[in-house]
Amino acid sequence: MFVDIGKPIADATNTFIEWLIVNYGDVFESIANALLTVLVLIEQALRWAPPWSVLIVVGLIAYAASRNLLLSFGIVALAWLLGSLGLWEQAMQTIAVMLVSVAIAIIIGIPLGVLTARSDIARALLNPVLDLMQTIPSFVYLIPAAMLFGLGKVPAILATVIYATPPLIRLTDLGIRQVDHSVVEASRAFGATRWQMLKGVQIPLALPSIMQGINQTMMMALAMVVIASMIGARGIGETVLLGLQRNDPGKGLVGGIGIVILAIIFDRISQAFGRRLQAYRTVGG
Amino acid sequence: MALIDVRHVTKVFGSRPERALARLKAGASKEEILAESNHTVGLYDISLSVEPGEIFVVMGLSGSGKSTLIRHLNRLIDPTEGEIFIDGMDILKLSIRELEAFRRNKTGMVFQRFGLFPHRTVLQNVAYGLEIRGEPRAAREEKAAEWVATVGLTGYEDQYPEQLSGGMQQRVGLARALCTDPEILLMDEAFSALDPLIRGQMQDQLIELQSRLRKTIVFITHDLDEALRLGDRIAILKDGTLSQIGTPAEILLDPADDYVRAFVKDVNRARVLTVETVMKPPPLRLTDETLEQALAEMQRRGAEIGYVLNARGYRGVVTRDAVNAAIASHSGPTVDEIAVGAPSIAPGASLAEALPATLSSTFPVAVIDAAGSLEGILSATEVGEVLMPARQLEAAE
Repeated sequence: MFVDIGKPIADATNTFIEWLIVNYGDVFESIANALLTVLVLIEQALRWAPPWSVLIVVGLIAYAASRNLLLSFGIVALAWLLGSLGLWEQAMQTIAVMLVSVAIAIIIGIPLGVLTARSDIARALLNPVLDLMQTIPSFVYLIPAAMLFGLGKVPAILATVIYATPPLIRLTDLGIRQVDHSVVEASRAFGATRWQMLKGVQIPLALPSIMQGINQTMMMALAMVVIASMIGARGIGETVLLGLQRNDPGKGLVGGIGIVILAIIFDRISQAFGRRLQAYRTVGG
Repeated sequence: MALIDVRHVTKVFGSRPERALARLKAGASKEEILAESNHTVGLYDISLSVEPGEIFVVMGLSGSGKSTLIRHLNRLIDPTEGEIFIDGMDILKLSIRELEAFRRNKTGMVFQRFGLFPHRTVLQNVAYGLEIRGEPRAAREEKAAEWVATVGLTGYEDQYPEQLSGGMQQRVGLARALCTDPEILLMDEAFSALDPLIRGQMQDQLIELQSRLRKTIVFITHDLDEALRLGDRIAILKDGTLSQIGTPAEILLDPADDYVRAFVKDVNRARVLTVETVMKPPPLRLTDETLEQALAEMQRRGAEIGYVLNARGYRGVVTRDAVNAAIASHSGPTVDEIAVGAPSIAPGASLAEALPATLSSTFPVAVIDAAGSLEGILSATEVGEVLMPARQLEAAE
């Protein structure tokens, strides 16, 4: 009754991956090396800097985003708690992976979101791909990714980007589509080029929604840190993984608390920034 | 030559407009086409031309296609068929880049819902057109500040649109459209969203600005009073076709069809029509003739009265009887001395303003223009005929 298509798919995939490795191995390696260079730079800077200076920078960023002293102090206190939990080094490693992943997600996600907002065809084509990216278990692409890029941080970043980019694409798309039609029309009537319209009207007015997308991307990137640690990306995820592997629930909990604290820090800063963007960006109050 | 020349423009909305267009030409109605193929006929065979410096009002109810029509003039909407020439240039042949340049330099647009950029200040909104043109910041903000002052919003430069009232927002819209100094101003129901008092103020401001700027303005409205007040000429649009194009007086006094007639039925004609549209030519103009010359002239022309106008201005009225009597009593050498002082009215006055003078005077009232010359005469009978719509006259008989 059934036709066996599972085996041919599996075989074809394996052949394809092998072919990629044989023919384009160096390409993937150079991509991996480039990514790694940036990542290591950020990570070393974060780990080299004395913790008090990192705390000050976090506080300044929080204040710049929120203009709220109380919130900024709260965030600094949370960051201090990370060190006190004995997770400072790991937290810096995780932050480095996150920053690189979120940066790549932004570079890919915003242009794709703009594209899908412009073209219904692009949206129809991309939507199932985004669904797939969010639902397919990450191990499925972690295996070939590890084969192509080697174990460690690079496949971890790749997995994080795949999992965390879709909400940014969707919210960019939504934000641009929701910009008041009459405002876009006014811009056209004044002879704005598509780029001028995008840069001067659509993106600025979609920014609150885009910012929400970046916030979602950050949260989803944090959700990936444990899985990332399984393929050798060091950081707080590793602490949780060790707790799991060594039957040490206490260590697992401490790692878990660390991830939650990181999540709160990133969430509150990006939310506060998003809220400040809301001012004067809605039509008709 | 006309500045804007629209020739046989038809617009069908839908996925396959060509087929619907063929059906339309074969005589199918809009409703049939909508039912058959789900295509909407927005405009059908529209031809009109707009002269430089005039306010051309397109008037119609919602769904008549007036907003579609105005969007053809800067190609925010492309026609399914037809030609549009602006300043002799076929704008349908423009490439995207040329079209953007055309919009930047030739036209300005004001929108019903203002269409202001909520994230930009008043000054930045007004400067938008210049920014798109690539003018340096200092230059464009200086020009924008002048326009902000012209529309009376000095002091609000750094406010955001949502901090302003509706009327103020539309002033920003008007200043933004004028800031690029376009030849053509497109105003899409620009004052319709404002409450009546503010709307009146904005109309006054537009009339005042236009008297200085002499732009070519295409103004869309659903409000006949507004159309009559602003329009040098008015086009009446119904279901995507033109019912009539004419001056306000032509529309009021000579409606082309029942639709226009029904529209103008309730208009307060006394306020809209001006003296010059209903006045009659003067029967006899006298200056410094002697009484005998005047009498001879009156007899030759068969005129019972004459209007005396000389170097000292409008002197009044003389009747033939008075001239006869004056000759009999040898009272004076010229008509000037026996003229009976009478009121005069200006040609631009509304009938409502002219009515008291015509009612209080025994003779038709002289219409004297600003230069002091006699343009015509107006009697209470003529005013009465014009103010009483034809249908009511028929009913009364």
